[in-house]
Amino acid sequence: MFAYAIRRVLATIPVMLVVALFVFSLLYIAPGDPAAIIAGDQATPADVERIRESLGLDRPYLVRFGDWLWHILHGDLGTSIFTNLPVTHMIAQRIEPTLSLMLLTIVFSIVVAIPLGVLAAWKHGTWIDRAVMVISVLGFSVPVFVFGYLLAYVFALTLDWLPVQGFTPISDGVWPFLQGLILPTVALGLIYVALLARITRATMLDVLSQDYVRTAKAKGVGQRAVLFVHALKNAAVPIITVIGNGVALLIGGAVVTESVFAIPGLGRLTVDAILRRDYPIIQGVVLLFSVTYVLVNLVVDLLYTVFDPRIRY
Amino acid sequence: MSVTSLPSGLPAGAAAPLPDVLPPVRQRGRAMTFVVRHPTIVAGGALVGVMVLIAIFAPWLDTVDPTALAPAKRLRPPSEIYWFGTDMLGRDIYSRVIYGTRVSLIVGFSVAILTAVVGAFIGCVSGFIRALDAVMMRVMDGLMSIPPLLLAIALMALTRASVHNVVIAITVAEFPRVSRLVRGIVLSLREQPYVEAAIASGTRLPMIIWRHILPNTLAPLMVNATFICASAMITEAILSFIGAGTPPIIPSWGNIMAEGRALWQVKFYIVFFPAVFLSITVLAVNMLGDGLRDALDPRLAKRL
Repeated sequence: MFAYAIRRVLATIPVMLVVALFVFSLLYIAPGDPAAIIAGDQATPADVERIRESLGLDRPYLVRFGDWLWHILHGDLGTSIFTNLPVTHMIAQRIEPTLSLMLLTIVFSIVVAIPLGVLAAWKHGTWIDRAVMVISVLGFSVPVFVFGYLLAYVFALTLDWLPVQGFTPISDGVWPFLQGLILPTVALGLIYVALLARITRATMLDVLSQDYVRTAKAKGVGQRAVLFVHALKNAAVPIITVIGNGVALLIGGAVVTESVFAIPGLGRLTVDAILRRDYPIIQGVVLLFSVTYVLVNLVVDLLYTVFDPRIRY
Repeated sequence: MSVTSLPSGLPAGAAAPLPDVLPPVRQRGRAMTFVVRHPTIVAGGALVGVMVLIAIFAPWLDTVDPTALAPAKRLRPPSEIYWFGTDMLGRDIYSRVIYGTRVSLIVGFSVAILTAVVGAFIGCVSGFIRALDAVMMRVMDGLMSIPPLLLAIALMALTRASVHNVVIAITVAEFPRVSRLVRGIVLSLREQPYVEAAIASGTRLPMIIWRHILPNTLAPLMVNATFICASAMITEAILSFIGAGTPPIIPSWGNIMAEGRALWQVKFYIVFFPAVFLSITVLAVNMLGDGLRDALDPRLAKRL
């Protein structure tokens, strides 16, 4: 187990390196000459050249990559072209809404999708099963911003039950904070619920046909115990794998959801950065999200042995 | 109908003796059988077909120039003249949505075909050339660990907005998964006796791939391409919606929604109509994909 954990952690290093190379190249080939921008309109070519040298922009690609990586590892993501603030600072300012939205969505989706999937598998072939499958196909087909607008139109504009847009930090009270996040969470959760319900149903169908489930039923174990203790526990590994993989969908969806609901998070930061061509910010956000995604999947892989002691590496 | 008619000549109402020859079981036409067996393929395929027709015949569907400005007629609600209303610049939203079908379908189909071709190539190379496999798969792992939408956003930030660049950006974001899929299939096919026999009899590698490997990857590749087509359409709309997609002058569903974003609370119809078209089209493609998967790969169909 311990050896496996070490090997698994080491295996993320080449992946992270590829991510870093890609993200670095993004800035490297980005149009616009940083030296010329910093030098300003009045600068002579010699000035620009001097600034380029002082910034180290005249060095070879790999040297600059190494230098850049060194700074990243020390928590320096560069400065924004537009605001001149450190990228880490700007990300820190915007991280609370995004983190809240994503964590809430994960919890919501798990709470909704897993019972749905279990129910569909248990009532396999009935209208309940078919209804769950229809929800899941719709979840994959209705884009997050379409569903988001629909929810906002019905529950905020027409019925006036929930705030239309915006974000209230948790420090201003838990209830207003949650109220503001309900619609974005449901909108963002749709595709995740679809994904999780589908995989839960499929693995549960597999598990429910196993001999030990029949044995459990035969010795008189209650229906609920069979489903949630005997079966679900054994279906856990594929389900948590998908929870981990699905985080990529959530990250992409969060960027859009924040635009629809005017939430001042990392997604909005990214969208604003695109419009201003603020490459260091785009780079920082892509790097942060990718590293998060890799780490989430690392944790998921390590969790396998907890959920399924049969797995030995 | 002649096959289904009963033997005649018996008086009506008489106690009919058992006929010597039982009437043959009514045979359904081939087409009918297909419809009954694969309802999702037919329904999804038909809807996709309708969308293709809409895209091709957009100019003849009672549309006007989708880019024609008419400031005097701005923000008209849906009516008999403007079926879906007009936007902030007085452009007819119905015409824009109809023409937007072209953008979505072009992006969806192009990305599906490109990822399949690139993915098949890299998958085959990786599966057969051991020396390259490790390096290529690490690169694919790295690309796959960047969330696809962010990868596409990052690439679009580097280039000019155009349909062409959107297709390339989404293809780059999607092809690593296809390569992995094909590589997996290739690795299992390599062990098949007929491939070993081909190798033993001295068939050259390109011929083996062409004759024995590629045909076997076709079914899963096609199913996968359908799902990629659906997700590419969504990604294109999202990119345009956040301002990193097709240029604003082109009427794409994402662009129309982006223009309606500021006004959605008062003029909901601007975002509503393109949203409905987008959802229905994606649903149709997804249904087609589900149906194809069930028909072509029963093993997988049982699992998901």
